[in-house]
Amino acid sequence: MNPDRNLGALLDGTFHDTLAVSLPHFRPELCLAATIVLLLLCRMLPLLRLVDSGFLALGGVLFSLFFAWDDVLSLRGGAWASTIGDLLAGRQELFGGLLAFDSLTAYIRLLLAGFLVLFILFTKVSGIPDSEDGADFYTLVLGSTLGMCLMASANHLLMVFMAVEMASVPSYALAGLLKGRKASSEAALKYAVYGAGAAGVMLYGLSLLAGVLGTCHMPTMARALASLDSMWMPGGTGLALAIGGLMVAVGLAFKLSAVPFHFWCPDVFAGAAAEVGAFLSVASKAAAIALLLRVAFGMGTTGPGPDHAVEMAALGETRHFIVGAIALLAALTCTLGNLAAYGQTNMKRLLAYSTIAHAGYLMMGVAAAVALAGRDADASRSAVAAVCFYLGTYVFMNLAAFAIVALLRNSLRSEEIASYAGLIRTNPGIVVATGVVLVSLIGLPPLAGFISKFLVFSSVMEAVSLDAERPLMLVLLVVGGINTVISLFYYLRVLKVMTFDPPPAERTADAFPLVSIPGALVTALVVPVVSLGIFWSGLYAFARLAGAFAS
Amino acid sequence: MGIAPTLAVTQPAFWPLTLILFLPAIVAGILALPIIPRGKDDSVRWVGLATTIAVFILSLWMAVPAIFGAGSPGQFVVGEAGMQAVVKQPWIPAFNIEYLLGVDGISMPLVLLTTFLAVLAAAASWPIEKHVRPYWILFLLLETGMIGVFVSLDFFLFYVFWEVMLLPMYFLIGIWGGPRREYAAIKFFLYTLAGSVLMLLAILMLYFASDVRTLSDDQLLATHVVSPALEGADRAAALTAVHSHPKPIHTFNLLALAAIGQSPVSPFAATSFWGMTLESWAFLLLLIGFIIKVPVVPVHTWLPDAHVEAPTPISMILAGVLLKLGGYGILRICYPICPGAGLSFAWLVCGLGVVSMVYGAFAALAQKDFKRMVAYSSVSHMGYVMLGLGVWSAVAGHEYQWDAWAQGVNGAMFQMLAHGISSAGMFFMVGVLYDRVHHRNLEEFGGIFNRMPLYASLAVAIFFAGLGLPGLCGFIGEVLVTLSSWNYSRLLAVCSAFTVILTAAYILWAIQRVYLGAEYKGPHGDHLTPMTRRELAIAVPLVVLAIVFGVAPQLIFNYITPTVNRQVETLAEWTRSVHDGHPAAAGATAATDSGAVELQATIDTFTVGGGR
Repeated sequence: MNPDRNLGALLDGTFHDTLAVSLPHFRPELCLAATIVLLLLCRMLPLLRLVDSGFLALGGVLFSLFFAWDDVLSLRGGAWASTIGDLLAGRQELFGGLLAFDSLTAYIRLLLAGFLVLFILFTKVSGIPDSEDGADFYTLVLGSTLGMCLMASANHLLMVFMAVEMASVPSYALAGLLKGRKASSEAALKYAVYGAGAAGVMLYGLSLLAGVLGTCHMPTMARALASLDSMWMPGGTGLALAIGGLMVAVGLAFKLSAVPFHFWCPDVFAGAAAEVGAFLSVASKAAAIALLLRVAFGMGTTGPGPDHAVEMAALGETRHFIVGAIALLAALTCTLGNLAAYGQTNMKRLLAYSTIAHAGYLMMGVAAAVALAGRDADASRSAVAAVCFYLGTYVFMNLAAFAIVALLRNSLRSEEIASYAGLIRTNPGIVVATGVVLVSLIGLPPLAGFISKFLVFSSVMEAVSLDAERPLMLVLLVVGGINTVISLFYYLRVLKVMTFDPPPAERTADAFPLVSIPGALVTALVVPVVSLGIFWSGLYAFARLAGAFAS
Repeated sequence: MGIAPTLAVTQPAFWPLTLILFLPAIVAGILALPIIPRGKDDSVRWVGLATTIAVFILSLWMAVPAIFGAGSPGQFVVGEAGMQAVVKQPWIPAFNIEYLLGVDGISMPLVLLTTFLAVLAAAASWPIEKHVRPYWILFLLLETGMIGVFVSLDFFLFYVFWEVMLLPMYFLIGIWGGPRREYAAIKFFLYTLAGSVLMLLAILMLYFASDVRTLSDDQLLATHVVSPALEGADRAAALTAVHSHPKPIHTFNLLALAAIGQSPVSPFAATSFWGMTLESWAFLLLLIGFIIKVPVVPVHTWLPDAHVEAPTPISMILAGVLLKLGGYGILRICYPICPGAGLSFAWLVCGLGVVSMVYGAFAALAQKDFKRMVAYSSVSHMGYVMLGLGVWSAVAGHEYQWDAWAQGVNGAMFQMLAHGISSAGMFFMVGVLYDRVHHRNLEEFGGIFNRMPLYASLAVAIFFAGLGLPGLCGFIGEVLVTLSSWNYSRLLAVCSAFTVILTAAYILWAIQRVYLGAEYKGPHGDHLTPMTRRELAIAVPLVVLAIVFGVAPQLIFNYITPTVNRQVETLAEWTRSVHDGHPAAAGATAATDSGAVELQATIDTFTVGGGR
């Protein structure tokens, strides 16, 4: 055959794959990329500099949101529950297998785009960044989010690495946004050094895995793993796989701020502006959890196929390893996060440890989902749904928490918990809003945080009752329960200071009232925290859709 | 996974029950809006009081049809054992979570007690001057939470209401309480939350082990898994949908869980972890959650602190209603759902009951603070409830005597209601004194009888009711429990009878130190003014009820006995069939009557005989 024609066929195939298959599912990312370019262009031309970068970014994100919504709708098809089979068949590999488009991709992208809309509105209200920094800030935020979208859809270990870097590098710069402040620069440096270290370890782990299995394409890797006799085969293959897997886990744990790779988190949150904290704590966490799901399910399960049952059985050992690693990290993360939050006096540091603790709860759900994958596909899907639901409510809870911190900083000029003393006397509305958010973070009904925790715990319990990694899951349940009680103290302490303690004598400025633009923003974020605690069927239907990605 | 089609049938109890439940919360929401201008504290108080009165009248309409002309649909039928006024609406179909409410002879009197004490506590809240509006908002939210626990038949809903009470209580103690309020508030919250987390684990355990497909058609209808309001083809289709479902259908329905737990091949008894059945684990986890609320020694330590620091109306609610939630939970959830574990752990429940009975009495004797003494008397009195609930004397030797056990449970239920009246009254009486002289030191009182004769008479009447004087409400429950425990264990019976002496000691000694004596020598003696009309309006109904229930206990037994007897009888049959493999006894229906008669006979004997 003529080599030219062969090349032509290859090119045709690539064109077809890119234009007809991949790009239509890539519209939200394309919108973000186009917006970044526009933002940069606007800086070049003097006249266009008058354009407010925040609203420009908002416009681009709204397009992205629309396309993400459209993708979810296209997956939804008819009735929610009956289409899981179709959804699994609807999974598509984009760009030659580098990315995967399925319900998890669609859900997380929708979440990220929706979060960005709220986030940009929040930054416009809070006033950081100022108009000088606006273009830089939004470019970095959108770039990082683009990386996060890729994290949520990565199907290839190289893509995993690229996506993590793409999400991280702009974050390093964001952490140093407050240029004049020493703490901010220190946070940025610390973050960058940690990040670079974690990335190096991860890349090394990837190369080990790729070397043993001969590919970086996760489904193919899973099939290769399934064809191995045992993970602990002679010749060090098993050892190389285990070490490689753990090294990849280091990179993921860094993104998740999981213990013991969490040290950057409190410093960055405390040093950076509260706005950056909100971005890192919500968007970054959602993407990291999605990536963890991708890698855990990508390596530990195989998609539908003729040998599905055999392969799934063969992968049991791999899943056992993955579940063990995730569960151990989850228990450590949750406990240490909650204990360390105890002594904090700065609200942002407290929220940083709270974020770490919540990463632990989320990882418990992931561990349960992977453990259940070999037992009962339906139960595994609902465990993924629990995690996705958690992420959905987490957007509102944590964004609201950081928004309150940022807006109170604007009026009180302080982020110390002690400076909130006696706020109930002057600003009962804000204190009630804070109360709702913090109580939801504790996980008490009838608020959204309770439902999230309930769903995650119930998935872990389902794993126990189906005898999927039972001892480990029982430990997780106990750890989760104890942590819920521990966490009561520090969240409630903030409320106690706000309500019981007398206001400090030297306070000059008042906090903002609830009937104002900042107040309206806080209200808009807090109302879903309450309503999702009572009427959660809607969001849960979406989460179940996302859960359908698990085979 | 929805198993029943949405009901087109209207449920007559939907609006009454929903209003009783949510009216306080709705009014709390309205109060939170700036409709009533700042500074109009009295309007806020009146709105709050009016709400509690409206809820009380609604619950009275439901519970006592005789007053309003019986027969309206949705009203409670006194003397019927089964679950009534059931409201069933889908809430979260994905988890089969429902808005499932209902009342029976156990929960209806407790709902009535709650709404009644809420009115009195609202009236007792008048002197609260600090942050009036937030106080009333939290107070009303608390009322919704309490009623919700009593009427929920869905475990998830139950748990939601159980937790909803925590936060209002935390703030009510923490903001409006005494000097050590912050410590008391966080201690209360922490203890209860720890219990709740254990309860949540048990709920999830039971949920995932349950499968309603194992129930028969009749059971599905009786437990409202499939609404009995469905007719004909709809009903058949719903039943078939359940039985033909390919995977297990888990449920949070308390009635269905009880039916599953009592089936001869209970899935809860099938699985075991570390040598104990799932049922036993669930029972213990739930029991810990509930006894923290009761509270029982050794997890009672939050109670004296919370009581001493809480403002008077909140102490009334705390002692009158919140403690009953624990007893109610044990009766409604622990025993019916985990009967096997209930049987094997009967000694534990009874032992805990007796220990807290005795310990609480001794601790009360040692107190110098009037309110703390009353708080420990609650620990002691709730011990009777535990003992009464626990006496699984269905198998005394090899005889199956369910009537002795029924006597204990009836006594425990009566004790809960009576203690609701007497303890709320005692805390109010302490509050009246404290409002005047601003101390509670037992050593510094004396001579109150001379200064405030009317108040002192009412107070002594209430304290005698707490003591368990025959003819007053405290007597009936204690004596029934003590009698029934004789069958189970002589030692426990002797201990509980002995406690009566201790009770008499600490109450009489307190009366002597506070009310008797020549003259009041403590601080603020000139403030000992007679009771106001508002205070009388709170105290007199409590005293009247304490007397009425002591003289005519049938008023309460008419409600509780049919339901309690049926539950006990069912569980006794269960014990027999599990232990001996016997089928259900033939004379089951006859037993109901004879049991009730015997119970009545015991009450009569001991009301007349006195015996102390």
